[in-house]
Amino acid sequence: MELILSAGIGTLTASGVYLLLRPRTYQVIIGLSLLSFAVNLFIFGMGRLRVNAPPILEPGGVGDLARYTDPVPQALVLTAIVIGFAMTALFLVVLLASRGFTGTDHVDGREQRGD
Amino acid sequence: MAAVRKIVIKTYAFCRLCERADLVPRDPSGVSPHGSEVPTSNTLGRRQTIEYAEKLLSVFILVPFAGSLIAIFFPSDQRGAISWFAGAIALVCFLVTAGLYPYVASGGVLHYRIDWVPELGLNFTLRMDGFAWLFSALITAIGVLVVLYARYYMAEEDPVPRFFALFLAFMGSMLGVVLSGNLILLAVFWELTSIVSFLLIGYWHHNAHARDGARMALTITGTGGLAMFVGLIIIGKIVGSYELDAVLASGDAIRNHPLYGTVLILVLLGALTKSAQFPFHFWLPHAMAAPTPVSAYLHSATMVKAGVFLLVRFWPVMAGTEAWFWIVGLAGLTTLLLGAYFAIFQQDLKGLLAYSTISHLGLITVLLSLGSPLAAVAAVFHIVNHATFKASLFMAAGIIDHESGTRDMRRLSGLFHFMPITATLAMVASAAMAGVPLLNGFLSKEMFFAEAIETHLVNPLDTATPYVATIAGMFAVTYSLRFIHGVFFGRPPANLPRKPHEPPRWMRAPVDFLVLACLVVGIIPAQTIGPFLHTAVLSVLREGTPDYSLSVWHGWNIPLIMSFVALSGGIGLYFLMRSYLATAVEGPPVFRLLQGQRIFERVLVTLSWKWARWLEQRLGTRRLQPQMRLLVFLALAAGASPLLLGNFELPPLVIRGIDPAFALLWAIGIACAVGSAYQAKFHRLASLVLLGGAGLVTCITFVWLSAPDLAVTQLLVEIVTTVLILLGLRWLPKRIEEPVAAEDISIRVRLRRLRDLLLALGAGGGMMLIAYTVMTQPLPETIASYFLDRAYREGGGTNVVNVILVDFRGFDTLGEIAVLCIVALTVFALLLRFRPQSDSLETPEQQRVQNAFDDDHPDRAAGDSVAEYLFIPAVIMRWMFPVTGMLAAFLFLRGHDLPGGGFAAGIAMSIGFILQYMSGGTRWVEERLRIHPLRWMSIGLLVATATGVGSWFFGYPFLTSHAQYASLPVVGKFPLASAILFDLGVFSLVLGATVLILIALAHQSVRAPRAHAKAARSDKEAVR
Repeated sequence: MELILSAGIGTLTASGVYLLLRPRTYQVIIGLSLLSFAVNLFIFGMGRLRVNAPPILEPGGVGDLARYTDPVPQALVLTAIVIGFAMTALFLVVLLASRGFTGTDHVDGREQRGD
Repeated sequence: MAAVRKIVIKTYAFCRLCERADLVPRDPSGVSPHGSEVPTSNTLGRRQTIEYAEKLLSVFILVPFAGSLIAIFFPSDQRGAISWFAGAIALVCFLVTAGLYPYVASGGVLHYRIDWVPELGLNFTLRMDGFAWLFSALITAIGVLVVLYARYYMAEEDPVPRFFALFLAFMGSMLGVVLSGNLILLAVFWELTSIVSFLLIGYWHHNAHARDGARMALTITGTGGLAMFVGLIIIGKIVGSYELDAVLASGDAIRNHPLYGTVLILVLLGALTKSAQFPFHFWLPHAMAAPTPVSAYLHSATMVKAGVFLLVRFWPVMAGTEAWFWIVGLAGLTTLLLGAYFAIFQQDLKGLLAYSTISHLGLITVLLSLGSPLAAVAAVFHIVNHATFKASLFMAAGIIDHESGTRDMRRLSGLFHFMPITATLAMVASAAMAGVPLLNGFLSKEMFFAEAIETHLVNPLDTATPYVATIAGMFAVTYSLRFIHGVFFGRPPANLPRKPHEPPRWMRAPVDFLVLACLVVGIIPAQTIGPFLHTAVLSVLREGTPDYSLSVWHGWNIPLIMSFVALSGGIGLYFLMRSYLATAVEGPPVFRLLQGQRIFERVLVTLSWKWARWLEQRLGTRRLQPQMRLLVFLALAAGASPLLLGNFELPPLVIRGIDPAFALLWAIGIACAVGSAYQAKFHRLASLVLLGGAGLVTCITFVWLSAPDLAVTQLLVEIVTTVLILLGLRWLPKRIEEPVAAEDISIRVRLRRLRDLLLALGAGGGMMLIAYTVMTQPLPETIASYFLDRAYREGGGTNVVNVILVDFRGFDTLGEIAVLCIVALTVFALLLRFRPQSDSLETPEQQRVQNAFDDDHPDRAAGDSVAEYLFIPAVIMRWMFPVTGMLAAFLFLRGHDLPGGGFAAGIAMSIGFILQYMSGGTRWVEERLRIHPLRWMSIGLLVATATGVGSWFFGYPFLTSHAQYASLPVVGKFPLASAILFDLGVFSLVLGATVLILIALAHQSVRAPRAHAKAARSDKEAVR
């Protein structure tokens, strides 16, 4: 389980970082999205991987870590997902506006030689 | 949870109460006026009046700053009214000061304290002892006089409200400096005086000199203040408290601490820059571009005295060491001598006074460097005396400037005939400055001479002090005489811009008063200033207060002879140099070439231009990619170095227990990620689809691994993100490049790609390694148990994640939805002025074909084709709207107990809206549905905040939640915590923000054809 998920996180990170270093804005957006999957999974994984132990208590009950998984990373990731969406939206619009202004979709706002 | 918080707060408040009442000794010297042990009815009454008096301390901060705010709103032609107003404020402060005297006399200390961030030792503590009282009296009394003077000095066209607003703000800041009972607070007010003085010096900002002078003053005093701040923080760490009382009681701890040298240098940097001591003196003459009332106030009585105030304040805990003697003494002696020497050669009246001020501050600094209590008494005395005569001289210089039109001493002469009263007053004040007997300046100067000849430490500096003092005294006589003789006597003035005459009666009144004070204090010191001075000195020196005598006549002794040498030598020197000075250029010979200002500017240019440019050329680039590469590389290095240095050991590889389905899932996920990365350049749509695949795999992982909330949110966000990027794809350039044949790619590009690939693999490998290592370790004791334990008992919900979000960490969530709100508004604003690139303006090909088909067939209307082929999906999507609404409501209501909640519900609802846009088109939807995302967002933010505020009314901290269950018909029992209201705010805001972003982008397709048509039309017109 851990091995597979960490391999997945590693691949998502590598693809994301590679795209971040590319010259086209669309590549950067896709890269950021991939990277945010990786980071969300990573933070989530810090609470350890548990099957069939969602942090949903029985009514009136008191929870403990033996029966339920760690809810804190989940709470962090939940907002991270929403903020990640906001970030993607903002970058997408900045990308469009920047292309409207500069006429290119290069990250520097102008074409560079040899790309 | 709320109850626990409350109890903690109560206990804390109780402790504070105990501290305030008795447990903490208010006055370490033990001479507190309310220090008696038996609480008789008399002492109780006295204690009560003391509490009132302590409350009054807040007046000193509140009233000037409130006045400053009000003053801004006065109309600019109401010079009289605003002067009355500012004068009344200064007078109130002065009267309160006067009324508080009985409480600080004979060693009492008043405290007024509000907890600010008590966890950090940061309190809003005001503390008035005798010394602070003396300073407050100076600040407020001279404040009243300066307001009166400024009423006549300022011209009709000057923006007077701004002047008085800044003036009052300065008074408040200065009172804050002297009354601060907490080091951090002291630093805050200290910087405030720097900033307000910057604004005051630059008051006539159309004048380049004023701007430069203001900037220089701010740079020097602000930098010094920053150094001092660091020093004060270190003192706080040494002592263990930032409270001034604690600091003043730990002199030995500070002096013997290994960091004493550092603290000393840092604090002295603050004090010496503020008091314009060598080598930081040069800002003061340039600050003379300020209006004269500002100079009279800031550069005689207040701002520049803040430095020596600090030296006196910390004198008991820092002085007396060799380092203190050398640094403070050397700076003071140099300043004393150079200031006096430079003053002789000034041609500008205010310049002369500025250098004289520098010199007198040097004198005070020398006195404080000696480390003897008698010298400290003399220093405090001279602070008061200098403030009196220098303020009056600045005002007199302002009158001369105002009534004759110039301050240049080469042009001024023989003014005595035109303004005899002002001339007489100025003569008396100058005599005080020169140290002529029967005036206050004489007394403190005698005390200085007496201290100078004492031996404090055996070293060359101490031996030189009496000689330097005498020479500086001589120079002081010379420049004072020059001021009087050059301006008021000699040939009648010629070519003055204005015909000089006496100023208005009330403009001179402040000068009358101050000069009278010089005289009275000079003749009967013990009966006038004596008790106040004693109170001030007592509060600084405590039991170490020496016996001293303030009388005018001490018999024939060496100080008196020194005074006579200085007087006669100074007069002789003046008459020797008179003809040279009458025509000379500004500034002293030789030294003129070595101007502090030049050096300052050089340093500034080097720092902020040359070095900055050098760094930018080396590190900076206008290109994003190298910067990103550097960033990733640094992050990688920072992440790897602790692993390499800390002998990191790989955890054993565990292959057991692998679920084949999970492995297959991630095989797909990995393929999607790599494919998406590969296709992002060549085929954007494919890349987007693959990205969605990776997102789905993430989503399923969340379900698998016990995170249903995350899965729901991830799924919904995934949908919205995909729609969003699809909308954006419409505006990207058409470029479906086929992979270029391998041999066509240059070697440089290949190398670069290889490097990026290696970086990416390094980052991915690192993440994998860390993730695997951490995930295979057992979970240590975390705060998780706290939340699991209390989620239901205190938060009233069984879905722990949701309870954390809307209750325990509700404040974080409030911040996050605010961010979302800001992002949505930014997107909206950016798209309002969006101009698509011209090659994207054309209608997409598919649409063109369909429209052409519709146009060709007379029985078809435009848009029929698209409506036909989307007919079934459109019907389904329309019918889905109420279903989506139900789903959102369902997700929302169950959120507190089961997976769901405001975030998920908001996004689900927004999907409902976007489906309508997709099926019917923008116009169709907006004709039928009222969509006001901006309103929804503001309502959401308001509801969320109001829920938080609501708990205040029940006496609980911000965002405390109250929980119970409610039941509705049909729906059944559902949790109704006040958190659900908060969640409603989250829902409304998320819905509004998401819809706003999506439809702002969707709207572009409506706007763009219009813009296109308009552009085409204007082109046609241009052709005609």
